[in-house]
Amino acid sequence: MSIFDYNGGGIVAMKGKNCIAIGADRRLGQQMKTVSTNFKKIFRMQDNILLGLGGLATDIETFSAEMEYKLNLYNLRENRKLKPTAFVSLVSSTLYEHRWGPYFVSPIVVGLQDGTPVISTYDSIGCTTDTENFAVAGTAGELLYGLCETYYREDIPAEELVEIIGQILLAGCDRDALAGWGGVVYLLTTDNLHIRELKTKQT
Amino acid sequence: MADFALTIFTSKGTLQQIENASQAVNKGETALGIKTKSCVVLAVEKKISSVLVDESSFHKVQAISSNSGAVYSGLGPDFRVLMQQARKHAQTYALSYREPILISNLVRETAQIVQEYTQSGGVRPFGISTLIAGFDDDGPHLYQIDPSGAYYEWKATAIGKNMKNAKIFLEKRYKHDLELEDAIHTALLTLKENFEGQMSSKNIELGIIDKSRVFRLLTPSEINDYLTGLES
Repeated sequence: MSIFDYNGGGIVAMKGKNCIAIGADRRLGQQMKTVSTNFKKIFRMQDNILLGLGGLATDIETFSAEMEYKLNLYNLRENRKLKPTAFVSLVSSTLYEHRWGPYFVSPIVVGLQDGTPVISTYDSIGCTTDTENFAVAGTAGELLYGLCETYYREDIPAEELVEIIGQILLAGCDRDALAGWGGVVYLLTTDNLHIRELKTKQT
Repeated sequence: MADFALTIFTSKGTLQQIENASQAVNKGETALGIKTKSCVVLAVEKKISSVLVDESSFHKVQAISSNSGAVYSGLGPDFRVLMQQARKHAQTYALSYREPILISNLVRETAQIVQEYTQSGGVRPFGISTLIAGFDDDGPHLYQIDPSGAYYEWKATAIGKNMKNAKIFLEKRYKHDLELEDAIHTALLTLKENFEGQMSSKNIELGIIDKSRVFRLLTPSEINDYLTGLES
Protein backbone atom coordinates (compact mmCIF):
# COMPACT_ATOMS: atom_id res chain seq x y z
CA MET A 1 0.00 0.00 0.00
CA SER A 2 1.34 3.40 -0.94
CA ILE A 3 1.62 6.10 1.68
CA PHE A 4 -0.33 8.35 -0.66
CA ASP A 5 -3.31 5.98 -0.39
CA TYR A 6 -3.48 5.81 3.41
CA ASN A 7 -5.98 8.61 4.06
CA GLY A 8 -7.69 8.89 0.67
CA GLY A 9 -9.09 11.85 -1.21
CA GLY A 10 -10.07 13.45 -4.49
CA ILE A 11 -9.23 16.95 -5.66
CA VAL A 12 -10.05 18.54 -9.01
CA ALA A 13 -9.42 22.05 -10.37
CA MET A 14 -10.52 23.63 -13.63
CA LYS A 15 -10.06 26.92 -15.48
CA GLY A 16 -13.02 28.98 -16.65
CA LYS A 17 -13.58 32.37 -18.24
CA ASN A 18 -11.73 34.78 -15.93
CA CYS A 19 -12.48 32.42 -13.09
CA ILE A 20 -11.23 29.22 -11.56
CA ALA A 21 -12.79 26.44 -9.49
CA ILE A 22 -11.30 23.79 -7.22
CA GLY A 23 -13.21 21.05 -5.47
CA ALA A 24 -12.32 18.35 -2.97
CA ASP A 25 -14.01 15.53 -1.10
CA ARG A 26 -14.31 15.61 2.68
CA ARG A 27 -13.28 12.12 3.74
CA LEU A 28 -10.50 11.39 6.17
CA GLY A 29 -9.85 7.66 6.48
CA GLN A 30 -7.36 5.27 7.95
CA GLN A 31 -7.23 2.77 5.15
CA MET A 32 -10.68 1.19 5.14
CA LYS A 33 -12.00 2.98 8.24
CA THR A 34 -13.60 6.40 7.79
CA VAL A 35 -12.63 8.68 10.65
CA SER A 36 -13.99 12.08 9.61
CA THR A 37 -16.43 13.44 7.05
CA ASN A 38 -15.40 17.09 7.11
CA PHE A 39 -11.65 17.08 6.62
CA LYS A 40 -10.32 20.22 4.94
CA LYS A 41 -8.19 19.78 1.83
CA ILE A 42 -8.49 23.21 0.20
CA PHE A 43 -6.89 26.23 1.86
CA ARG A 44 -7.34 29.90 1.13
CA MET A 45 -3.79 31.29 0.96
CA GLN A 46 -4.75 34.77 -0.23
CA ASP A 47 -7.75 36.53 -1.82
CA ASN A 48 -6.67 35.26 -5.20
CA ILE A 49 -4.76 32.06 -4.39
CA LEU A 50 -6.09 28.68 -3.27
CA LEU A 51 -4.08 25.58 -2.38
CA GLY A 52 -5.60 22.12 -2.68
CA LEU A 53 -3.75 19.09 -1.31
CA GLY A 54 -4.10 15.36 -1.81
CA GLY A 55 -2.05 12.66 -0.11
CA LEU A 56 -1.15 11.94 3.52
CA ALA A 57 -3.50 13.92 5.78
CA THR A 58 -0.91 14.91 8.40
CA ASP A 59 1.28 16.30 5.65
CA ILE A 60 -1.73 18.10 4.11
CA GLU A 61 -2.13 19.95 7.41
CA THR A 62 1.58 20.61 8.01
CA PHE A 63 2.41 21.62 4.47
CA SER A 64 -0.50 24.07 4.22
CA ALA A 65 0.65 25.55 7.55
CA GLU A 66 4.22 25.90 6.31
CA MET A 67 2.99 27.69 3.17
CA GLU A 68 0.88 30.02 5.29
CA TYR A 69 3.93 30.74 7.46
CA LYS A 70 6.04 31.59 4.42
CA LEU A 71 3.28 33.71 2.93
CA ASN A 72 2.86 35.71 6.15
CA LEU A 73 6.59 36.40 6.39
CA TYR A 74 6.60 37.43 2.75
CA ASN A 75 3.78 39.92 3.38
CA LEU A 76 5.68 41.39 6.33
CA ARG A 77 9.05 41.59 4.59
CA GLU A 78 7.85 42.75 1.21
CA ASN A 79 4.85 44.78 2.28
CA ARG A 80 2.85 43.42 -0.63
CA LYS A 81 0.69 40.47 -1.66
CA LEU A 82 2.14 37.42 -3.34
CA LYS A 83 1.50 37.04 -7.04
CA PRO A 84 0.02 33.63 -7.95
CA THR A 85 3.02 32.83 -10.17
CA ALA A 86 5.36 33.62 -7.30
CA PHE A 87 3.35 31.38 -4.97
CA VAL A 88 3.54 28.58 -7.55
CA SER A 89 7.34 28.84 -7.47
CA LEU A 90 7.39 29.07 -3.68
CA VAL A 91 5.45 25.79 -3.36
CA SER A 92 7.89 24.11 -5.72
CA SER A 93 10.99 25.30 -3.88
CA THR A 94 9.47 24.44 -0.49
CA LEU A 95 8.76 20.88 -1.67
CA TYR A 96 12.31 20.50 -2.95
CA GLU A 97 13.73 21.79 0.35
CA HIS A 98 12.47 18.50 1.73
CA ARG A 99 13.88 16.47 -1.14
CA TRP A 100 15.35 13.80 1.14
CA GLY A 101 12.43 13.63 3.56
CA PRO A 102 9.48 14.80 1.47
CA TYR A 103 5.94 15.78 2.31
CA PHE A 104 3.68 13.06 0.94
CA VAL A 105 1.31 15.49 -0.73
CA SER A 106 0.03 16.17 -4.21
CA PRO A 107 -0.54 19.93 -4.30
CA ILE A 108 -2.69 21.89 -6.72
CA VAL A 109 -2.30 25.67 -6.72
CA VAL A 110 -5.13 27.68 -8.20
CA GLY A 111 -5.13 31.47 -8.65
CA LEU A 112 -6.14 34.55 -10.60
CA GLN A 113 -3.27 36.76 -11.76
CA ASP A 114 -4.68 40.05 -13.03
CA GLY A 115 -7.86 38.22 -13.94
CA THR A 116 -6.05 35.38 -15.76
CA PRO A 117 -6.57 31.88 -14.34
CA VAL A 118 -3.50 29.98 -13.17
CA ILE A 119 -3.39 26.27 -12.26
CA SER A 120 -0.28 24.36 -11.28
CA THR A 121 0.20 20.85 -10.03
CA TYR A 122 3.26 19.11 -8.57
CA ASP A 123 4.70 15.81 -7.57
CA SER A 124 5.77 15.43 -3.94
CA ILE A 125 9.23 16.90 -4.55
CA GLY A 126 8.32 19.98 -6.48
CA CYS A 127 8.18 19.14 -10.17
CA THR A 128 5.80 21.84 -11.42
CA THR A 129 3.28 21.43 -14.21
CA ASP A 130 1.46 24.59 -15.31
CA THR A 131 -1.67 23.17 -16.84
CA GLU A 132 -3.83 24.83 -19.45
CA ASN A 133 -7.17 23.35 -18.51
CA PHE A 134 -7.58 21.22 -15.38
CA ALA A 135 -5.69 19.30 -12.72
CA VAL A 136 -6.45 16.37 -10.43
CA ALA A 137 -4.94 14.90 -7.28
CA GLY A 138 -5.59 12.22 -4.70
CA THR A 139 -6.56 8.56 -4.79
CA ALA A 140 -9.52 9.47 -7.02
CA GLY A 141 -7.26 11.42 -9.40
CA GLU A 142 -7.25 9.07 -12.36
CA LEU A 143 -11.02 8.66 -12.08
CA LEU A 144 -11.49 12.41 -12.15
CA TYR A 145 -9.33 12.79 -15.26
CA GLY A 146 -11.81 10.97 -17.48
CA LEU A 147 -14.67 13.24 -16.47
CA CYS A 148 -12.51 16.35 -16.84
CA GLU A 149 -11.61 15.42 -20.39
CA THR A 150 -15.25 14.88 -21.23
CA TYR A 151 -16.68 18.04 -19.72
CA TYR A 152 -13.91 20.58 -20.17
CA ARG A 153 -14.12 23.27 -22.83
CA GLU A 154 -12.52 26.69 -23.10
CA ASP A 155 -14.03 29.73 -21.39
CA ILE A 156 -16.65 28.05 -19.26
CA PRO A 157 -18.66 30.77 -17.49
CA ALA A 158 -18.44 30.87 -13.69
CA GLU A 159 -21.93 29.61 -12.79
CA GLU A 160 -21.52 26.66 -15.12
CA LEU A 161 -18.02 25.90 -13.87
CA VAL A 162 -19.24 25.35 -10.31
CA GLU A 163 -21.85 22.89 -11.57
CA ILE A 164 -19.37 21.03 -13.74
CA ILE A 165 -16.72 20.72 -11.04
CA GLY A 166 -19.37 19.57 -8.60
CA GLN A 167 -20.60 16.83 -10.93
CA ILE A 168 -17.08 15.72 -11.81
CA LEU A 169 -16.14 15.51 -8.15
CA LEU A 170 -19.18 13.53 -7.13
CA ALA A 171 -19.04 11.07 -10.00
CA GLY A 172 -15.30 10.55 -9.74
CA CYS A 173 -15.20 10.08 -5.96
CA ASP A 174 -18.20 7.74 -6.09
CA ARG A 175 -16.01 5.24 -7.88
CA ASP A 176 -13.20 5.48 -5.30
CA ALA A 177 -13.73 3.71 -2.00
CA LEU A 178 -11.27 5.99 -0.23
CA ALA A 179 -12.72 9.31 -1.45
CA GLY A 180 -16.14 10.88 -1.02
CA TRP A 181 -18.33 11.40 2.04
CA GLY A 182 -19.25 14.92 0.97
CA GLY A 183 -17.67 17.56 -1.20
CA VAL A 184 -16.82 21.25 -1.31
CA VAL A 185 -16.26 23.50 -4.31
CA TYR A 186 -14.43 26.84 -4.21
CA LEU A 187 -15.15 29.24 -7.08
CA LEU A 188 -12.69 32.10 -7.46
CA THR A 189 -13.66 35.09 -9.60
CA THR A 190 -12.12 38.54 -9.80
CA ASP A 191 -14.85 39.82 -7.46
CA ASN A 192 -15.05 37.18 -4.79
CA LEU A 193 -14.68 33.64 -3.53
CA HIS A 194 -17.80 31.49 -3.53
CA ILE A 195 -17.82 28.30 -1.48
CA ARG A 196 -20.41 25.64 -2.15
CA GLU A 197 -20.91 22.48 -0.12
CA LEU A 198 -22.06 19.43 -2.04
CA LYS A 199 -24.64 17.08 -0.68
CA THR A 200 -23.83 13.43 -1.27
CA LYS A 201 -25.66 10.28 -0.23
CA GLN A 202 -23.75 10.04 2.98
CA THR A 203 -23.06 13.60 4.09
CA MET B 1 41.27 34.31 15.23
CA ALA B 2 39.69 36.54 17.88
CA ASP B 3 36.47 35.25 19.41
CA PHE B 4 35.63 38.61 20.88
CA ALA B 5 34.17 41.77 19.38
CA LEU B 6 36.71 44.23 18.02
CA THR B 7 34.14 47.00 17.81
CA ILE B 8 33.13 48.07 21.31
CA PHE B 9 31.51 51.16 22.81
CA THR B 10 33.62 53.98 24.23
CA SER B 11 32.54 55.61 27.47
CA LYS B 12 31.15 58.45 25.40
CA GLY B 13 28.70 56.09 23.74
CA THR B 14 30.42 56.00 20.36
CA LEU B 15 31.75 53.15 18.27
CA GLN B 16 35.21 54.32 17.30
CA GLN B 17 35.73 51.63 14.69
CA ILE B 18 32.64 52.75 12.78
CA GLU B 19 33.72 56.37 12.95
CA ASN B 20 37.12 55.33 11.66
CA ALA B 21 35.46 53.38 8.86
CA SER B 22 33.50 56.51 7.93
CA GLN B 23 36.82 58.34 7.77
CA ALA B 24 38.08 55.77 5.29
CA VAL B 25 34.93 56.36 3.24
CA ASN B 26 35.39 60.10 3.30
CA LYS B 27 38.87 59.71 1.91
CA GLY B 28 37.58 57.64 -0.97
CA GLU B 29 36.79 58.87 -4.46
CA THR B 30 33.49 60.65 -4.88
CA ALA B 31 30.49 58.63 -6.00
CA LEU B 32 26.96 59.90 -6.57
CA GLY B 33 23.50 58.79 -7.47
CA ILE B 34 20.43 60.51 -8.92
CA LYS B 35 16.92 59.02 -8.92
CA THR B 36 14.21 60.57 -11.08
CA LYS B 37 10.65 59.62 -11.91
CA SER B 38 11.82 57.25 -14.64
CA CYS B 39 15.42 56.21 -13.97
CA VAL B 40 18.42 56.03 -11.63
CA VAL B 41 21.98 57.07 -12.52
CA LEU B 42 25.16 56.16 -10.61
CA ALA B 43 28.47 57.89 -11.30
CA VAL B 44 31.95 57.65 -9.80
CA GLU B 45 35.50 58.91 -10.20
CA LYS B 46 37.96 56.24 -11.16
CA LYS B 47 41.48 57.63 -10.83
CA ILE B 48 44.03 55.14 -12.10
CA SER B 49 47.39 55.21 -10.37
CA SER B 50 49.45 54.61 -13.51
CA VAL B 51 48.98 54.65 -17.30
CA LEU B 52 50.06 51.04 -17.22
CA VAL B 53 46.86 49.97 -15.43
CA ASP B 54 44.26 48.37 -17.70
CA GLU B 55 41.27 50.44 -16.61
CA SER B 56 38.80 48.21 -18.47
CA SER B 57 39.72 45.24 -16.32
CA PHE B 58 37.90 46.34 -13.20
CA HIS B 59 34.72 48.27 -12.52
CA LYS B 60 33.67 50.36 -9.58
CA VAL B 61 30.05 50.38 -10.72
CA GLN B 62 28.71 46.83 -10.73
CA ALA B 63 25.39 45.06 -11.22
CA ILE B 64 24.00 43.10 -8.28
CA SER B 65 21.20 41.49 -10.24
CA SER B 66 19.62 42.27 -13.58
CA ASN B 67 17.49 44.98 -12.00
CA SER B 68 19.96 46.51 -9.55
CA GLY B 69 23.51 47.84 -9.35
CA ALA B 70 25.85 49.56 -6.92
CA VAL B 71 28.83 51.87 -6.54
CA TYR B 72 30.98 52.70 -3.53
CA SER B 73 33.39 55.06 -1.84
CA GLY B 74 36.15 53.60 0.29
CA LEU B 75 37.97 50.28 0.21
CA GLY B 76 37.55 48.46 -3.10
CA PRO B 77 38.11 44.94 -1.74
CA ASP B 78 35.45 45.46 0.94
CA PHE B 79 33.02 46.41 -1.83
CA ARG B 80 33.77 43.18 -3.69
CA VAL B 81 32.98 41.10 -0.62
CA LEU B 82 29.70 42.92 0.02
CA MET B 83 28.70 42.66 -3.64
CA GLN B 84 29.20 38.91 -3.60
CA GLN B 85 26.92 38.54 -0.59
CA ALA B 86 24.30 40.88 -2.05
CA ARG B 87 24.32 39.00 -5.34
CA LYS B 88 23.91 35.69 -3.59
CA HIS B 89 20.96 37.01 -1.64
CA ALA B 90 19.27 38.32 -4.79
CA GLN B 91 19.74 34.98 -6.54
CA THR B 92 18.52 32.94 -3.57
CA TYR B 93 15.34 34.99 -3.62
CA ALA B 94 14.92 34.53 -7.38
CA LEU B 95 15.38 30.78 -6.92
CA SER B 96 12.46 30.52 -4.54
CA TYR B 97 10.07 32.98 -6.14
CA ARG B 98 11.23 33.09 -9.77
CA GLU B 99 10.84 36.84 -9.51
CA PRO B 100 13.35 39.67 -9.15
CA ILE B 101 13.86 40.76 -5.55
CA LEU B 102 12.39 44.07 -4.36
CA ILE B 103 15.18 46.63 -3.95
CA SER B 104 14.04 47.52 -0.42
CA ASN B 105 14.40 43.86 0.52
CA LEU B 106 17.86 43.59 -1.08
CA VAL B 107 19.11 46.74 0.66
CA ARG B 108 17.70 45.71 4.03
CA GLU B 109 19.42 42.34 3.90
CA THR B 110 22.72 43.79 2.64
CA ALA B 111 22.63 46.42 5.39
CA GLN B 112 22.01 43.62 7.86
CA ILE B 113 25.28 42.00 6.77
CA VAL B 114 27.12 45.32 7.18
CA GLN B 115 25.67 45.68 10.69
CA GLU B 116 26.69 42.16 11.64
CA TYR B 117 30.29 43.04 10.91
CA THR B 118 30.03 45.73 13.62
CA GLN B 119 28.84 43.30 16.22
CA SER B 120 30.63 40.02 15.54
CA GLY B 121 33.83 38.41 16.82
CA GLY B 122 37.10 38.84 15.00
CA VAL B 123 35.93 41.13 12.20
CA ARG B 124 36.16 44.83 11.48
CA PRO B 125 33.43 46.98 9.92
CA PHE B 126 33.26 47.40 6.13
CA GLY B 127 35.28 50.43 5.02
CA ILE B 128 32.76 51.54 2.41
CA SER B 129 29.58 53.44 1.90
CA THR B 130 27.65 52.05 -1.01
CA LEU B 131 24.94 53.50 -3.24
CA ILE B 132 22.48 50.93 -4.55
CA ALA B 133 20.28 51.71 -7.56
CA GLY B 134 17.43 49.55 -8.76
CA PHE B 135 14.06 49.38 -10.47
CA ASP B 136 11.25 47.12 -9.25
CA ASP B 137 7.44 47.00 -9.11
CA ASP B 138 7.53 50.02 -6.80
CA GLY B 139 9.50 52.05 -9.36
CA PRO B 140 13.07 53.42 -9.29
CA HIS B 141 15.08 53.39 -6.05
CA LEU B 142 18.33 54.85 -4.75
CA TYR B 143 19.66 53.71 -1.38
CA GLN B 144 22.81 54.39 0.64
CA ILE B 145 24.33 51.94 3.12
CA ASP B 146 26.89 53.23 5.66
CA PRO B 147 29.60 51.27 7.54
CA SER B 148 27.31 51.19 10.58
CA GLY B 149 24.67 49.30 8.64
CA ALA B 150 22.30 52.26 8.57
CA TYR B 151 20.53 52.72 5.26
CA TYR B 152 18.65 55.60 3.70
CA GLU B 153 16.63 56.10 0.56
CA TRP B 154 17.58 59.18 -1.42
CA LYS B 155 16.36 61.21 -4.39
CA ALA B 156 19.98 62.18 -5.03
CA THR B 157 23.13 61.98 -2.95
CA ALA B 158 26.91 61.78 -2.99
CA ILE B 159 29.51 59.97 -0.88
CA GLY B 160 33.27 60.20 -0.52
CA LYS B 161 35.79 63.06 -0.75
CA ASN B 162 33.59 65.75 -2.26
CA MET B 163 30.24 64.72 -0.90
CA LYS B 164 29.51 68.07 0.73
CA ASN B 165 30.03 70.15 -2.39
CA ALA B 166 28.42 67.55 -4.60
CA LYS B 167 25.29 67.46 -2.43
CA ILE B 168 25.03 71.23 -2.43
CA PHE B 169 25.27 71.16 -6.21
CA LEU B 170 22.67 68.41 -6.45
CA GLU B 171 20.28 70.23 -4.15
CA LYS B 172 20.25 73.10 -6.60
CA ARG B 173 20.10 71.04 -9.76
CA TYR B 174 17.88 68.12 -8.80
CA LYS B 175 14.45 67.80 -10.43
CA HIS B 176 12.19 64.83 -9.93
CA ASP B 177 11.01 64.61 -13.52
CA LEU B 178 14.38 64.66 -15.27
CA GLU B 179 14.59 62.26 -18.17
CA LEU B 180 17.49 59.78 -18.40
CA GLU B 181 19.57 62.02 -20.68
CA ASP B 182 19.23 64.98 -18.34
CA ALA B 183 19.95 62.88 -15.28
CA ILE B 184 23.17 61.64 -16.85
CA HIS B 185 24.04 65.21 -17.79
CA THR B 186 23.44 66.40 -14.21
CA ALA B 187 25.50 63.51 -12.80
CA LEU B 188 28.43 64.39 -15.03
CA LEU B 189 28.21 68.09 -14.15
CA THR B 190 28.21 67.22 -10.45
CA LEU B 191 31.29 65.02 -10.86
CA LYS B 192 33.00 67.70 -12.89
CA GLU B 193 32.51 70.31 -10.13
CA ASN B 194 35.37 68.90 -8.08
CA PHE B 195 37.22 66.80 -10.59
CA GLU B 196 40.98 67.23 -10.69
CA GLY B 197 42.12 67.21 -14.27
CA GLN B 198 40.23 66.37 -17.42
CA MET B 199 37.22 64.00 -17.21
CA SER B 200 37.30 61.20 -19.77
CA SER B 201 35.81 57.77 -20.32
CA LYS B 202 38.96 56.34 -18.72
CA ASN B 203 38.63 58.05 -15.35
CA ILE B 204 34.90 57.94 -14.61
CA GLU B 205 32.21 55.26 -14.64
CA LEU B 206 28.45 55.55 -15.10
CA GLY B 207 25.71 53.03 -14.46
CA ILE B 208 22.04 53.48 -15.35
CA ILE B 209 18.70 51.76 -14.93
CA ASP B 210 15.37 52.84 -16.39
CA LYS B 211 11.93 51.40 -17.11
CA SER B 212 13.55 48.49 -18.95
CA ARG B 213 14.59 47.30 -15.45
CA VAL B 214 17.99 46.27 -16.72
CA PHE B 215 21.01 47.77 -14.98
CA ARG B 216 23.92 48.50 -17.26
CA LEU B 217 27.19 50.39 -17.44
CA LEU B 218 27.62 53.06 -20.07
CA THR B 219 30.28 52.08 -22.59
CA PRO B 220 33.39 54.28 -22.92
CA SER B 221 32.16 55.57 -26.28
CA GLU B 222 28.76 56.49 -24.78
CA ILE B 223 30.52 58.33 -21.96
CA ASN B 224 32.62 60.18 -24.51
CA ASP B 225 29.48 61.25 -26.37
CA TYR B 226 27.95 62.62 -23.17
CA LEU B 227 31.18 64.39 -22.25
CA THR B 228 31.29 66.06 -25.64
CA GLY B 229 27.71 67.07 -25.05
CA LEU B 230 28.82 68.61 -21.77
CA GLU B 231 31.23 70.95 -23.52
CA SER B 232 28.45 72.35 -25.66
